Amino acid sequence: MMTAKTTQKIAFVLLGLGTLLLVVVPILLTILYILVNGGSAMTWEFLSQPPRNGMKEGGILPAIVGTVVLILGTMLFALPLGILSAVYLVEYAKDNFFTRLIKLSVVNLSGIPSIVYGLFGLTLFVGFCRFGTSILSGALTLAIMSLPVVITATKEALESVPQAFREVSFSLGATRWQTVRYCVLPYAIPGILTGTVLSLSRAAGETAPILFTVAAFYLPRLPHSVYDQVMALPYHLYVISTQVPNMPLKLSFATGFVLIAIVFLMNIASVFLRAHYRKKKTW
Amino acid sequence: MRRKLSEIFIEGCIRLSGVLCISFVVLIFLFLLKDALALFGGYSAGKFLFGSQWLPVSEPPHFGIVPLVIGSLYVTLGAILICVPIGVGAAMFIAEVAPQSLKTILKSLVEILAAIPSVVLGFIGIVWLGPFLKTTLGLSTGMCGLTGSLLLAFMALPTIISISEDALAGVPKAYREAAFGLGATRWQTLWRILLPAASSGIIAGVMLGIGRVIGETMVVMMVTGNAPVIPASILQPLRTLTATVASEMGEAVSGSEHYFALFAVGLILFIITFLINLVADMSLRKARR
Repeated sequence: MMTAKTTQKIAFVLLGLGTLLLVVVPILLTILYILVNGGSAMTWEFLSQPPRNGMKEGGILPAIVGTVVLILGTMLFALPLGILSAVYLVEYAKDNFFTRLIKLSVVNLSGIPSIVYGLFGLTLFVGFCRFGTSILSGALTLAIMSLPVVITATKEALESVPQAFREVSFSLGATRWQTVRYCVLPYAIPGILTGTVLSLSRAAGETAPILFTVAAFYLPRLPHSVYDQVMALPYHLYVISTQVPNMPLKLSFATGFVLIAIVFLMNIASVFLRAHYRKKKTW
Repeated sequence: MRRKLSEIFIEGCIRLSGVLCISFVVLIFLFLLKDALALFGGYSAGKFLFGSQWLPVSEPPHFGIVPLVIGSLYVTLGAILICVPIGVGAAMFIAEVAPQSLKTILKSLVEILAAIPSVVLGFIGIVWLGPFLKTTLGLSTGMCGLTGSLLLAFMALPTIISISEDALAGVPKAYREAAFGLGATRWQTLWRILLPAASSGIIAGVMLGIGRVIGETMVVMMVTGNAPVIPASILQPLRTLTATVASEMGEAVSGSEHYFALFAVGLILFIITFLINLVADMSLRKARR
């Protein structure tokens, strides 16, 4: 007969070991595997040159530029729309059927598979709106996909501003918009930024939504307008690891390295933003 | 007066954005529906839903989605069986056992995992996990359902861990105190009190994890072998609903029967994930009460 104390010890050790071996170790190994193999193949030429010889030589500059352009485009559409929607939900909406419908829509948008966003972008932006396979179509598709994350993050940031701020503002005769503009938004900006950068880092790593809306298989020049196709890092990694025979493995690793580096840098930036603003918080 | 006008304008924009969120869901559904219904003008819905052959370029073409549905089921079931015990166990450890400093480290590590792009995991599946499974299990190919399940289980971990951890941490303090007061150990409290009390939240986490696994595209397209046939087991090459759309849309001629069939597959995916999210949302709501 085991005592309750012994059972507890065994259970906690097993939980700890399980977490270490099945969660912590695989995560660390995955990252190290890409960073070590990719890092050793990294050269300045790889970052600054277009691909050559059927992508088997040269660099990935057009794909890096394409991904950065897509991130900026996504930000341009998703940020205003997402922030305004969250302001509506937190500051304006009454608790009625319509509001619940919006909340439910946001939940459902966040659950739609990325490939379905790809299909939607293909029929609406590429086909119906006649934007063609272009940066514009891709950025719009990614923006709608990022919308739920931006809205959720902004909502949380707005809700964390103390209610007293609004009450004081109203009592001084400010209108609702003045209250939001001067007494709520300034204090919610850090939370909004953190969440937004995170959502953009997700968008940067997505492949399925850009497959048919913007991504170019091989396009060794830089884009001139929003109606151009571009190469993008995630799609490039997919292409060179499945569609190009005899691809030198070190170029694939190096591409994965650059993609992970961009995504992680954005994540680290959001962590620092959060820490920086938290120090300044005075209430 | 000028202030008034600008205020009316900006408040109009704010309301419009709220409406747009609803309209996007409706638009996505309608645009999928429009192109999906175009298929059923010339192809019977019964043959689409229950047909056991997916041969889009044969003459005549067959668009039966049964092999794809079974492929998705195999991969999803495999992934869920692997990741639910691991994820809930890790959440239990993080929420109730780990000291504060370790808790912070583990949580950020899980966030890092969530940030890794799926195409990178797919790449690792191709160059390492697939070949590794092939030699250790003696398979004819490493590009099979199991490889996809393992990677998808890995990808679903962050969702399951963070939501389950929130649910455990959200159990009212009084539950803990009452259990300790009756002389229960921390493990007994965790296993018999906290886990059942947090079950709605954990179920929501698992549902969202399932939604993520069914919808994931790149990993399954890269590592499950892309064979649109009914697989005999999870150790054989197969193809999921998502991978079919992603791999064939590039070649399908716009406006052809094949093109519409892929939209019909997209519509099925939309409906499945819609229902899963509805259930998850309901159990989250229940958990908060």
